[in-house]
Amino acid sequence: MLGIDSNMTFSHGIHPEEYKEFTSSCPIERMPFVEEYVLPLSQHIGAPCKPIVKKGDVVKRGQMIAEAGGFVSVAMHAPVDGVVTGIELTETPSGQMAPAIRIRTDAFSTQQFHLTPPKAPEEMTVKEFVSSVQQAGIVGLGGAAFPAHVKFAIPEGKTCRYIMLNGCECEPFLTSDHRTMVEQADAIVDGIAILQHHIRAEKIFIGIEANKPDAIAEMTRKIAATALPAEVVSLKVKYPQGAEKMLLTAILGKEVPSGKLPLDMEALVSNISTIAALSHWFRKGIPLVERVVTVTGTAINRPSNLLVPIGTSMREVVDFCGGLKDDACRILLGGPMMGMVQKSLNIPVVKGTSGILILTDKEVRSLDEYSCIRCGKCVDACPIHLNPSLLGLLAKKGLWEEMEENHLFDCFECGSCSFVCPSAIPLVQSFRVSKGLLRERMAREKAKAA
Amino acid sequence: MRPETKRITVSTSPYLHGSDTTPRIMWEVVISLMPMVGAAYYFFGLGALGVIAATIAGCVSTEYVFSTSGSKGASLKDGSALITGILLALCLPPGFPLWMAFLGSVVAIGMGKLIWGGLGQNVFNPALLGRAFLQAAFPSAITTWSAPDGQYLSFRGTNAALPFFQGHNVDAVSSATPLAQMKFEKLATDYTDLLWGNVGGSLGETSAILFLLAGLYLVWRKLINWRIPLSILLTVIVFSGIFWLMDSKAYPSPLFMVLSGGLLLGTVYMATDLVTSPITPRGLWIYGFGIGFFVVLIRLWGGLPEGVMYAVLLMNSCTPIINRFTKIKPYGYK
Repeated sequence: MLGIDSNMTFSHGIHPEEYKEFTSSCPIERMPFVEEYVLPLSQHIGAPCKPIVKKGDVVKRGQMIAEAGGFVSVAMHAPVDGVVTGIELTETPSGQMAPAIRIRTDAFSTQQFHLTPPKAPEEMTVKEFVSSVQQAGIVGLGGAAFPAHVKFAIPEGKTCRYIMLNGCECEPFLTSDHRTMVEQADAIVDGIAILQHHIRAEKIFIGIEANKPDAIAEMTRKIAATALPAEVVSLKVKYPQGAEKMLLTAILGKEVPSGKLPLDMEALVSNISTIAALSHWFRKGIPLVERVVTVTGTAINRPSNLLVPIGTSMREVVDFCGGLKDDACRILLGGPMMGMVQKSLNIPVVKGTSGILILTDKEVRSLDEYSCIRCGKCVDACPIHLNPSLLGLLAKKGLWEEMEENHLFDCFECGSCSFVCPSAIPLVQSFRVSKGLLRERMAREKAKAA
Repeated sequence: MRPETKRITVSTSPYLHGSDTTPRIMWEVVISLMPMVGAAYYFFGLGALGVIAATIAGCVSTEYVFSTSGSKGASLKDGSALITGILLALCLPPGFPLWMAFLGSVVAIGMGKLIWGGLGQNVFNPALLGRAFLQAAFPSAITTWSAPDGQYLSFRGTNAALPFFQGHNVDAVSSATPLAQMKFEKLATDYTDLLWGNVGGSLGETSAILFLLAGLYLVWRKLINWRIPLSILLTVIVFSGIFWLMDSKAYPSPLFMVLSGGLLLGTVYMATDLVTSPITPRGLWIYGFGIGFFVVLIRLWGGLPEGVMYAVLLMNSCTPIINRFTKIKPYGYK
């Protein structure tokens, strides 16, 4: 099944080179266990989790070692059989030092799971289901790491008519969702059934970009064998198709009003690998202790898709993939459009790590900045239909209030404007700074008023 | 510290960049102008090349001396001064005194671009501003047209006029442009001549077909926005067509309007200047409509035979307000 044409998409957006060929046909391999694991307490959006183990405790693989620190927070589990060697500050992907649980691996353990699944999800109430997902430590695996159960807990007064599963993976290079769909279609379909049992949506859409014909074929085949009201939707290959609002617009043809969530449009949008994690938990009792990570880029010796235990050092992962090439110059977590840069490899893989990307200066070109020539390429690229050219000029002049009037806070920092700008103006970069300054100012004013 | 950390650099996302750069866009426009330069030489001989050389020299040297952005001469790299030079030459007559051409280019770059703050900051198209200055300063020299003579080595005496002492040589063999013939003598020029360029006029007012091809190329390469040429041409055709249908003796046909004079040069290269045209899709339509409207207005009822320059400059001045009133509604505000 080749070349599935699709015109379903949102308006604007860009077409960066895909670079998926490095890993799109590499089956998922298991990363061997390493000597030590470092597990930051805050791997997700929301409150950090609270440790329930102490130094010297013996832990089993899959055992809970920290509980959720609030509703918007999830539990954390030991990725190996081993001993807790301490809870101390460590470097995290965001660049900040944060507390983390360190576990030394038991070298003599076979690392088999000895877990019992929770009560059958079909027999749970919605409340039990939501709290069980939180117990499992499941967060959105697309990159933002938003606690999954929060999305599944539909608030009083809201309805959810559509479930949209995001298999777009529109970032160049990344293939972890792609390989998960191809290799774990059964787990995904089972996860959909579990979720649908509690959400009872009218319609389930599985959105996949047309550049993954094998995933589309596999998911279509598996879905056809069920009675779920689900449909696989082939979407046009365009960045940022995988942004949840863009996905919703592509499928439903409606826009999510500014400041609102997909749920306000009666839709629940979730990354597709997250759904497979539901099945692992409810059927086998395996919490989120490992995830698929695409290790790729032009400067890694053996690009791969790996099943990596959470907390593995990036250095171990990179070494397992043959190490860095001599011309490596940039280490990224996530994709090249919205990923986070790292200054070293001494960082653990966390729940939101969808990819480790190593680039050379051939891709990461440092370009001379020219004046804005008002070519309008950024205007045609912005998926939110903002005027990045104008916002960029305002940022340069420090006119932050005017930026706000020009809808700065609707920008979700996809980077399309910076990508197309022929004058190499750091547009999205300056928007990020401006937002930070504006938020700071608002907080100060609030503090003053209080 | 492990060895790899020495060469690892950091920055913020995105880490990839598209292939278009501003110098590349500008140089591609320069290259697309080469056929017109060739045609100017073919029809008007060495004098044409002299005028082009004078305007380029004026533009580039002004940019070099007065530009304050970056190191000396850094702003020449983007090629935009070269474009202004060639475009200004294309709207001058072949026998134009070279010193005037040079002076016009100094004004084009100096007052058309640099005093606004350099590339991207100017309100008016620099080449047209330079031409407007020349029209005001040397009204007689700029309207003395020589007929295409097919003598490739000819260098007109008027080209070498001494600065400030001789305006232009009145003995020059002059011929009226098709637009002037139409306006003042109601004489229509043969369409084939208009199409191929075998007519009197400015260096770039000759071959319609070259500009049509260049326009298609630039639209295809997305170097100009297709909305501008389309809206200008449609407006000119519809607006002048109405009068032609009412009285085909008193008014020129829409086809003549499109093919003659500087309309195609102005449509393809001047009006589409990225810096001085609106940025919003709706704004581009309004802008193109405005240019087409003023062109017809000036050509049919104005005192001048040609109106493209003023039409574009007028609409240039409206660009900021057009941008303001045609703001795009962002996603999620409908």
